[in-house]
Amino acid sequence: MSPHPGTGPRTGLELVGAGVEYDGAPALRDASLHLPRGEVLAVLGPSGSGKSTLLRAVAGLEDLASGSVAFDGEDLAGVPVHRRSFALMFQDGQLFAHLSVGRNVAYPLRLRRTPRPAVRARVAELLELVGLAGYADRPPATLSGGERQRVALARALACEPRLLLLDEPLSALDRGLRERLAGDLRRILVAAGTTALLVTHDVDEALATADRLALVRGGRVVQEGPAAAVDAAPVDADAARQLGYAHVLAPDVAARALAPAGAGASGRGGLAVRRTGWEVVVPGGLAGTVTEQRRTGAGPRLVVAVPGVGEVEARLPGTGPAPAAGAPVRVAVDPASTAPIG
Amino acid sequence: MRALRLLALAALPLSVVGVFFALPVGAMVARGLFADGSFDPGALLDVLGRERTGRILGFTLWSAAFGTVLSVVLGLPAAHVLHRLDLPGVRVARGLLLVPFVLPTVVVGAAFRALLADGGPLGFLGWEGSAAAIVAALVFFNVSVVVRVVGASWATLDPRPAEAAAALGASPARVLATVTLPALRPAIVSAAAVVFLFCSTAFGVVLTLGGQRHATVETEIYLLTRAFDLPAAACLSLVQVLGVVALLVVLGRLRADGPDGTAVGRRPVVPRRPRRPDVPAVVVTALVGVASAVPVLALVATSLRVRGEWTLANYRALTGVDEDSPVLVPVTQALRNSLQTAADATWMALLLGGLVAVVLTRRPRGRGERVVRSVLDGFFMLPLGVSAVVLGFGLLVTVARPPFALRDEPLLVPLVQALVALPLVVRTLVPVLAGIDDRQRQAAASLGASPARTLLVVDLPVAWRPVLAAGGFAFAASLGEFGATSFLARPDHPTLPVVVARLLGTPGVTGEQSNPGTAMAGAVVLAATVTVVVLAVERLRVPSTGAL
Repeated sequence: MSPHPGTGPRTGLELVGAGVEYDGAPALRDASLHLPRGEVLAVLGPSGSGKSTLLRAVAGLEDLASGSVAFDGEDLAGVPVHRRSFALMFQDGQLFAHLSVGRNVAYPLRLRRTPRPAVRARVAELLELVGLAGYADRPPATLSGGERQRVALARALACEPRLLLLDEPLSALDRGLRERLAGDLRRILVAAGTTALLVTHDVDEALATADRLALVRGGRVVQEGPAAAVDAAPVDADAARQLGYAHVLAPDVAARALAPAGAGASGRGGLAVRRTGWEVVVPGGLAGTVTEQRRTGAGPRLVVAVPGVGEVEARLPGTGPAPAAGAPVRVAVDPASTAPIG
Repeated sequence: MRALRLLALAALPLSVVGVFFALPVGAMVARGLFADGSFDPGALLDVLGRERTGRILGFTLWSAAFGTVLSVVLGLPAAHVLHRLDLPGVRVARGLLLVPFVLPTVVVGAAFRALLADGGPLGFLGWEGSAAAIVAALVFFNVSVVVRVVGASWATLDPRPAEAAAALGASPARVLATVTLPALRPAIVSAAAVVFLFCSTAFGVVLTLGGQRHATVETEIYLLTRAFDLPAAACLSLVQVLGVVALLVVLGRLRADGPDGTAVGRRPVVPRRPRRPDVPAVVVTALVGVASAVPVLALVATSLRVRGEWTLANYRALTGVDEDSPVLVPVTQALRNSLQTAADATWMALLLGGLVAVVLTRRPRGRGERVVRSVLDGFFMLPLGVSAVVLGFGLLVTVARPPFALRDEPLLVPLVQALVALPLVVRTLVPVLAGIDDRQRQAAASLGASPARTLLVVDLPVAWRPVLAAGGFAFAASLGEFGATSFLARPDHPTLPVVVARLLGTPGVTGEQSNPGTAMAGAVVLAATVTVVVLAVERLRVPSTGAL
């Protein structure tokens, strides 16, 4: 995405051509993105893609080698971390082990010399917001991973930051908790009206929490926009895979796979298909060979080897007997589970 | 069976420390308590009641406390700068700042005398023979301890809590006060305790700088011994041993309550470029560096002057001995003695320390083994704090007499020096051996490796650098050892620190050179030797030498 030269300063966070180097090696190159006030932006990328560097550059923990970071039109170059009014929440919370939960949450308030009664009230309110009312006197060491992240979130929200930076906030948690907390996180951020930038490698976490999505790869922002728009139209095959699509079909293959449904269209770069987007059809679609029958949490599936695509998991229509391994079948894609590329 | 094997491993170090350390120190203590063969605490109380004793105890405590506080205050910024910042020359500075700590006390005393004497570069301060000079010298020694111990902890301190605090709006000073210092507290307390121990038992510096006016418990023991007031010396030894044991116990407690893995995050941290808030720390570090260099430069300058003239006469005099010289052998011969003694002390310290470290790092099974282990741990740490003078004198009245009669045994002096260096060796090796995952040893054993072979393939590849480093430190410590050696070295076979101290203590100019001038030249030679050894050790880059 290009910046918008000529237009006036925009509200919220704006990166223009930001680059960061470690010992001369670029970790982030020419990153440009815009996060309007009150929205949540998820930066999605694999580890080592530069997404954490981007977050640290916004926080002021890394100096820019090029480009600029601005908030509400004010260039932040030279503004030290503690004067940016951003808050940063790490993957593992980074609670201060020598302070109780309540004092952790109160930390930013005390920095601002908030009067004692006000601090107490605000801490109680924040702990309530994150679902940990009554935890104020506990030491952090006695909390579970999920509880620690909630405390970290409460602490980050306490100073009412103009921007909340979240570094893989849920990645250290186990799967079930992660899914539940992702929803909670979204609810809490919206309830607090917080502008937030979240980096993650987990597409479900990103989609569950964010309004906007930026895909990062090899130190570059490859795509940015409203989450639904990005998810519905990945710029290239790698972006599609980052977004959780299991297969990328070439345009001609895609046309045949879409034909039975009579809807949907491939982009110039082909068609991205989700893992769950395949079904067995008669006739049309793509020819393949059953390699195995598989039971999944969502019902029985046929594993079908499709030349030029690979192995796909296809849903069976109706309840008839499943074709045995080795049998020829035809498969097609459900347009609702696809996205055109490019 | 296992316990027996551990005891067998511990047998040699136990008996050596028992005979050559516990026995003589115990004998000294006994002398204080048993006057004329019967238990007589009266003599003890009598000595304690002396007005001079009170003054000496007071001076010992406040000079040590003052030295400790100053060392910590100056050492903390330097630890930050030298272990967290990416500045040119930081590695060299780290190595050089270690030098004062291992410089022989006699050399440091000589350096400060050269600096503060009338007509010396800082003579105008009027600090010669003053308490300020003693405290300054103690700080000179011990800043490097703080930098090492705290720096080792700081170097791997997870920076993210501090970053989180900064992002929450805490200024750099607030971050330091509310996040970083609390996380470093165990290391700071540990460093302060060790520094206090070193300060309160310092001998060479106080003896050379204190003159007649200022004495600490350690020097007073020496003076009383020289004056043959043995009950009083024994009594003060007892006081000192009790104080040191108490401090070690407190230190052990603090360590036990120290950081459990969850409290303080550890991760390798890449040093970063300095920012504006780092400027004060960088300035303090530079000042500490300069202040550390000045006494050494003064020492060199003084060694090059006789009666106000620049000359190499003092160095020429190193090879010869005048008829009226206070020493029997030339300085060069003493240096040869020192090197020989240090070499012997080094292999002894490595042998004993290696055995102790192996015993201490075998994972204890059951409560009994754990108790035995922690008792052994404390036992082998004792030489760290017990006065070398007490030890030296205790040896004189025990093993130097029948049934041992080891006074003329050439290995006695190196053995005692090895005991003084033992805690350093143990503390360098224990963290390394303890850091090896025991499952690696179990894997090797399950593949058919004998215990000896396991040691060879699992422990040694990891431990050889620390072993070399420990050897280097033992060598340096032995080269500089003065307290015990001054009692035990035979007059015809003195070590270099003993000769330097004798020459320093005997003013006088004969012919071309002066005795103190020659002493300074000898001290320069000694300092140069030790520096070379220490910088060689530093090149091994063993991080754990700060683990005292």
